[in-house]
Order: sequence, then C-alpha cells, then structure tokens
Amino acid sequence: MDGNLITFYILALVAVGAALGMLFSRHTVYSALFLILNFGVVAVFYLMLGAPFIAMAQVTVYAGAIMVLFLFVIMLLGAEKLTGEDKIGWQKYFAGLLGILFLFAGGYQLSLVGVTEGLSISFPGGFGGPADIGELLFNEYLVPFEITSVLLLVAMIGAIVLTKDGRKKKSIQKTDPGSAARDRRPDSGK
Amino acid sequence: MTGGLIQGSRQKMVPVEHYMALSAILFLIGALGVLTRRNAIVIFMSVELMLNAANLLFVAFAQQFEALDGQIFVFFVMTVAAAEVAVGLALIVAIFRTRGTIDIDEMNQLKG
Repeated sequence: MDGNLITFYILALVAVGAALGMLFSRHTVYSALFLILNFGVVAVFYLMLGAPFIAMAQVTVYAGAIMVLFLFVIMLLGAEKLTGEDKIGWQKYFAGLLGILFLFAGGYQLSLVGVTEGLSISFPGGFGGPADIGELLFNEYLVPFEITSVLLLVAMIGAIVLTKDGRKKKSIQKTDPGSAARDRRPDSGK
Repeated sequence: MTGGLIQGSRQKMVPVEHYMALSAILFLIGALGVLTRRNAIVIFMSVELMLNAANLLFVAFAQQFEALDGQIFVFFVMTVAAAEVAVGLALIVAIFRTRGTIDIDEMNQLKG
C-alpha cells in the first residue's frame, strides 16, 4: 500500500461522507455546506490526477461561484426553514433498491482492479497545466468554446428575463395621454 | 499525491477502477437526492453532485490515457453546469414568488 492509495481512500471517505451529509441533512444550509466540502475534496482528487488547471477551476467555479449562488438563493427564499418531511412513501424504498443495484455496479468495477495496478504515472511536463489546456482548447475545441460563450450569454439573458417583474406594463398604460380624457366622458364605452 | 504537479516523478497510479467506483457512488448519492428529497434546491444540488461525479470520471480517464481531451470536456461541463444553475435558480425564485413554496409536492398543476 503506497501513500497514493491511502490518500485516495481517506479522501474518498470524506467525499462520500460529505455527499451523504448533503443527502440526509434536514437543513438546506447544511446541505449546501456539505456540498462545498465535497467539491473541495474532488478538487484535491483532480490534483492527484494531474489536472491542476481543472482543480483550480473547480474551486473557483463550482465551490466559489455556483455554491455561493445556491447559498444566496437559500437565504433569499428562507429555505433554511424548510424541513423535508417524507410524504413520499413507497418511492423511498424503490430508490433505495435502485441505489443498492447501483452500488453493486460500483463494486463490480472495483473488483476489476488489476488491470492498471502498479502502473506508474509519467506525465509529460506541463500536463494539465494552463498552457497545455489552452493549446488544446483553442486549436481543436475552438468551435465548442465559442458556442459555450453564446450559451453563457443566453443563460444570462434567461436568468434576467425570468426574474423580471411584470409591473412595467401597468405604468405605461397609466401614462397613456388619451386615457385621462377618455375616463372623464361618461359615455366613453359607446 | 502530487503526481501531476511534480513533473516526471515516478509514483504508483491509483487504479482507475477505484475512481470509477467512487464516481458511481457519488452519482448514486446524487440520484438518490433527486428521487427522495422534496426541497427543490436540494434536488438541484444533487444534480450538481451527479455532474461532478461524471467530471471526476472524465479526469480519471484523461490521466489513464494521458489525453488532455478529458480535461477539456470537464471544462465544458463546468460551463454548462454554471449556465444551468443560473437559469435554474432564477426559475426557482420565480416559482417561489408566485407559489410561495418550493416544495415539489405542491407543484402538481400538470398532474392529469
């Protein structure tokens, strides 16, 4: 057992524990905080896997932006006061059964160990660093890159439209210059 | 542990099957969260957990095949997840404004 494997097991335990904490926690804020812990541990996994750029992107984007947005909305809606009582009933057991099946799938994967055991990591210099990623991103994946920029723009517009109030229309009607005159005449309907 | 940062050092790889198992377990927990929780925000967070599990698998295979394409794809998945969170949370806020609750059991107007 070498250090890499021991580290992996400890971190995997923390990651799964944090995920379970998020699943079973009755307070929404605790769920969000557990998820932040999970994202942090996954970022460390990325470092172990030779992906320093992705690890930093994970911390910045996922744990630093997305989860903060979640916490904003949780506080905004007062969702921390929402506790989840289970009116769900039979679906719980079905979900549990599916979960066990899935767990067997994961365990089966683990039983296939032996194919890549003992191989040593040999990263060419700069693997996973920003320079290497940038070279690949802007040469072969340029079109998806541009498309994601359009996607982000559309998401931004969508988010703004969804949270816009509909009250502007009423004020426009009020300033309609003919309405005041029309309201004064008694037979305005004719 | 810093196999990627110390360039060229020889360290034993964690077998990729371990990462597959961990990714499966995390994905499973996320899926259970979507199925059993009633709070819309916690459901959303479970979806993010599932996306994260897939990302982990991408990076693990990127290491195994020594191809950076896996990491590029993680980059795109993160971008899509960020866009989805923005729109999804705006949706949840809009729903909360009109219904006063984000309990998904109350959202049954489409029920036949």
